[in-house]
Amino acid sequence: MEKIMNNDLVLEPSSPLKKLKSLLKQCYAFFYGNPPAIIGGLLLSIVLAGALFAPALATHNPEKRVARPHVAPNAEHIMGSTRSGRDVYSQVLHGGRKSLSVAISAGVIAMTLAVLVGVSSGYFGGKIDERLNFLTNVFLVFPQLPLLIVLAAFLGQVGSLVITILLGVTSWPWGARVIRAQTMAIRSKEFIISAEVMGESKWRIILVEILPNLVSIVFGGFLGAVLYAMGAEAGLGILGLGDATEVSWGSMLYWAQTSSALYTGAWWEMMVPAIALAITGGALALINMSIDQVSNPKLRTGPHMKLWRQLKKQADIRRGLR
Amino acid sequence: MSNLLEINNLCVDYVSPNGVARAVNNVSLSIAPGETLGIAGESGCGKSTLAFAISRLHKAPALISEGEIIYNGQDVLKMNNKQLRDFRWNDVSVVFQSAMNSLNPVITIGEQLTDVIMAHKKVSQKQADERAIELLNIVGIHGDRLGSFPHQLSGGMRQRVVIAIALALEPKLIIMDEPTTALDVVVEREILNELYDLKTKFGFSILFISHDLSLMGEIADRIGVMYAGNLIELGEAKEVFGKPQHPYTKGLIASFPTIHGPKERLYGIPGNPVNLLEIPQGCNFQARCGRCQDSCHQFEPSLKLTQKGHQVSCHLVEEVAAC
Repeated sequence: MEKIMNNDLVLEPSSPLKKLKSLLKQCYAFFYGNPPAIIGGLLLSIVLAGALFAPALATHNPEKRVARPHVAPNAEHIMGSTRSGRDVYSQVLHGGRKSLSVAISAGVIAMTLAVLVGVSSGYFGGKIDERLNFLTNVFLVFPQLPLLIVLAAFLGQVGSLVITILLGVTSWPWGARVIRAQTMAIRSKEFIISAEVMGESKWRIILVEILPNLVSIVFGGFLGAVLYAMGAEAGLGILGLGDATEVSWGSMLYWAQTSSALYTGAWWEMMVPAIALAITGGALALINMSIDQVSNPKLRTGPHMKLWRQLKKQADIRRGLR
Repeated sequence: MSNLLEINNLCVDYVSPNGVARAVNNVSLSIAPGETLGIAGESGCGKSTLAFAISRLHKAPALISEGEIIYNGQDVLKMNNKQLRDFRWNDVSVVFQSAMNSLNPVITIGEQLTDVIMAHKKVSQKQADERAIELLNIVGIHGDRLGSFPHQLSGGMRQRVVIAIALALEPKLIIMDEPTTALDVVVEREILNELYDLKTKFGFSILFISHDLSLMGEIADRIGVMYAGNLIELGEAKEVFGKPQHPYTKGLIASFPTIHGPKERLYGIPGNPVNLLEIPQGCNFQARCGRCQDSCHQFEPSLKLTQKGHQVSCHLVEEVAAC
């Protein structure tokens, strides 16, 4: 026992720098030879940086009339102005804040519910599984977007907080389904049985033994939920069911639509938020594609695989296969 | 060509993030038709890696970097995909370490048997079924069992089914990678006896991989001993077993008890196997060897003929030139 503790003590003093180094190495290994991760990560970090530093990057107040209506992109207003004379560039930055925060919080809510329901029904089984599964099925058969539209219309012009909660609470069942199935598959594996025999508590088994095996599914589901929530938020916004006085990508599209921006030739008012949505969605999808490699150690590739390919090629050439 | 299979200077590497580990290093051996060659050695010494290399089953990050594997005059490592598919199972079949897990749990054993037959031969389903029943009878299972699922059979029966699948196409060579490790001694004995009857009947060769030296001494004609990727001793089973010459083989044989004869104190081999990423200069076994010399730290030993048909790779033994 003392020996083990000593080892820990020896390891720790040199750790901060080494930890950083190994973290960088891991990051490098993740992005190396993984184009979707590189492109997706780059795009998403641009979008996130834009939203995060919106107050600093914006040139005008997004809610004030700062120009004549429908000014084409120029030096003063790089993405033009809207029908009501607001600066599109500043609006898209500030709108990103709202849209992304709604989408991400809705994703977090949905995935938390999905993990809770999925893992407990998968792991505990029996009555708990029966009831939770019934609940999942009920939520699954609700048509989601119509439900959202009805709820949003019923509640009147709702703020982004209500939309976040609505989206979060309605988009968990698919994730819960998948997680439940995966948990059931893992539960019957021998390492779980051995953990039970060793006397580990149920919570430890769920958190330490099962959850790490679900990381790729949970994270993939989370990105999917974020993607969906972003689209749904914009969809509700376009339909005018969100709060049109708040600046978000959805409400920008709504105002572009109602002021018939495309008919009058003001394409920038419509295209800028649409492209912002498309880029963010694409980035999320690309990251989702590359996430499997990170969470599953068996699939992990790294710089050494390149060496393998080189050596394999050399060996093939020696044998006259190439 | 007197030899069925000849392996020349085979090297297999594992490319890992921490460097390239050579799991099989310059191994050369041959198997004659109808012969049983045993490969022994402790865990991680490259036995299974060698077996996998023969039927070219390695996937990245493993790499067969050097050498050749010549089967009936043709280099397995140079075959294209079609030749390789024909070669596998028609000529060489494999019984895996966890043979019980190599059966698909959702398909009946009959289907798994006929699958093999129909993938390689142009026969009707009915003929394949008949052949499958015949095969099951050969390994001592009643033909009625054709419709059973693997979980309905006992471990020993599953093992027999796997052997039946290996025999399906009457290959010339069967590679057995610790086929009886998971079984108890009674079943092990039964299966090995059966295997021997089959061998005399069909005349195939066996490459038998195991860490069980006493078992090996009984069933193998020749034994090769591996340590850290090197073949360190190769010779007639009786010779290797009775008069081991390499210190490692001596240690292995001294570390298990005899059933007959007086009770003796057993001696294991001290230390741990070498780290394949940090191979020392000279002999791989130097750190654990009790009789290490200066030359052991400097030069890597190579296989030397010490008697007719007995090769040892150690600086302590003298090469006999004329034999």
